[in-house]
Amino acid sequence: MAKYLLLKHYRGAPAAVNDVPMDQWAPEEVSAHMKYMNDFAARLEETGEFVGGQALAPEGTWVRYDGEGRPPVTDGPFAETKDLIAGWMVIDVDSYERAVELAGELSAAPGAGGKPIHEWLELRPFLAESPNTTDCPHQ
Amino acid sequence: MNEALIRSLTPSVLAILVRRGADFAAAEDAVQDALVEAVRGWPADPPRDAKGWLVTVAWRKFLDATRSDAARRRREDRVEEEPAPGPAPAVDDTLQLYFLCAHPSLTPSSAVALTLRAVGGLTTRQIAEAYLVPEATMAQRISRAKRTVSDVRFDQPGDVATVLRVLYLVFNEGYSGDVDLSAEAIRLTRQLAARVDHPEVAGLLALMLLHHARRATRTAPDGSLVPLAEQDRGRWDTASIAEGVVILQAALARDRLGEFQAQAAIAALHADAPTVEETDWVQILEWYDELVRLTDSPVVRLNRAVAVGEADGPRAGLAALAELTDSSPASPKRGSPMPRHTAVAAYLHERDGDLATAARLYAEAAHQAPNLAERDYLTRQAARLNTLRRG
Repeated sequence: MAKYLLLKHYRGAPAAVNDVPMDQWAPEEVSAHMKYMNDFAARLEETGEFVGGQALAPEGTWVRYDGEGRPPVTDGPFAETKDLIAGWMVIDVDSYERAVELAGELSAAPGAGGKPIHEWLELRPFLAESPNTTDCPHQ
Repeated sequence: MNEALIRSLTPSVLAILVRRGADFAAAEDAVQDALVEAVRGWPADPPRDAKGWLVTVAWRKFLDATRSDAARRRREDRVEEEPAPGPAPAVDDTLQLYFLCAHPSLTPSSAVALTLRAVGGLTTRQIAEAYLVPEATMAQRISRAKRTVSDVRFDQPGDVATVLRVLYLVFNEGYSGDVDLSAEAIRLTRQLAARVDHPEVAGLLALMLLHHARRATRTAPDGSLVPLAEQDRGRWDTASIAEGVVILQAALARDRLGEFQAQAAIAALHADAPTVEETDWVQILEWYDELVRLTDSPVVRLNRAVAVGEADGPRAGLAALAELTDSSPASPKRGSPMPRHTAVAAYLHERDGDLATAARLYAEAAHQAPNLAERDYLTRQAARLNTLRRG
């Protein structure tokens, strides 16, 4: 019973084994990829392990506080240097091993040539909101 | 007439339906429907016999559901020939429900969800909120769990140890949403203790009461962690502590020690100390030695190292910690079950006067912390020591 975030990066992760930009795929291959992702989420819903997921637009904007009474400064998107996140999925599973297993499965989504992309996904555990009942280590 | 009463009746009502021949999954759905109706209707129109009311309504819901299923018509005919709902049978099947919901074929999260629903009478929404997952996800988890145990026979005794593990999992979840899971775990363990005469059930109940008695002082109003040494002991719930101690003493007197009794004994020694200085660390260490004998887990050895540090000084504590690191092949990597190892090392180094090492280890421990409150606490410790060293 631990939640994990699965992050799909555009950049920042090592290159996928089957690394072909999506716009170079056949349309059916794109459809097959989308279907794989949806089926994956649906399957997790059925196992009671799905928490949420969303795709993100590739370009974001950097925003910064610029002092009292002034509008925030915007800049970016610095697309070349900064890694960008394509989408995320949150799962709630019984073990770290299960989380790795599911991330591996998601990474096998079909890409160019109908072959698995073998892309890298980042797996990050959530920090719990409420401390559990054990005392901190200094007891 | 309140929700707590309705919920406390859930397991026996469910057990009666199953005893009358309803299969577990259908009975469970029917009881949930009846509970919802009770929560809605009872405040305005409370029944005289709450349990009888629930049994009647749940049975009717079950029949309705069965009737609508043409494939089950034959079974329905058989079922309808059963005697009309009368007084609840003398045999209490609630215990069987606990066993069923903690069945070893279920994953921990499924067992927890099913226990909270079938034994605890919580709605799927309440359980989903408590575990911060979508209601649809929790609904699936519960129905899968029900399918998993659907052909488990209801009349065989189960394993108390698995039930205790599930209840302890619930207890340690704390709370979010409108249900306090720790209080719920105590309620269910109390109910179990009233039905089964087992020293470890009593041990777990005592442990929960003793931990729970100190909960309010474990966090500051802003949610930050307050370590044991700084907790306001005047705010500990003395009634809970007294009850826990009495239950524990009766269990220990039976001379069938188990890990929950040993843990409760340690909690009782903490709860018993009027000040942190007066804590009987020597006796606590003896109980940790018992625990190591009962369950030689890395977590127990880690906590034992803390006790060694308090009883025999930080150097001895660090030596105990080093022994633990050498003997366990799994070094504390992220996601491993030993996230507090580094925090303990940091604390012992600080007490030993090595502030530089302590500060570095606190920062590292913050990095590995399993929850926000601990991470923030450990970060502050690192910052405090670094400020001291600069100043």
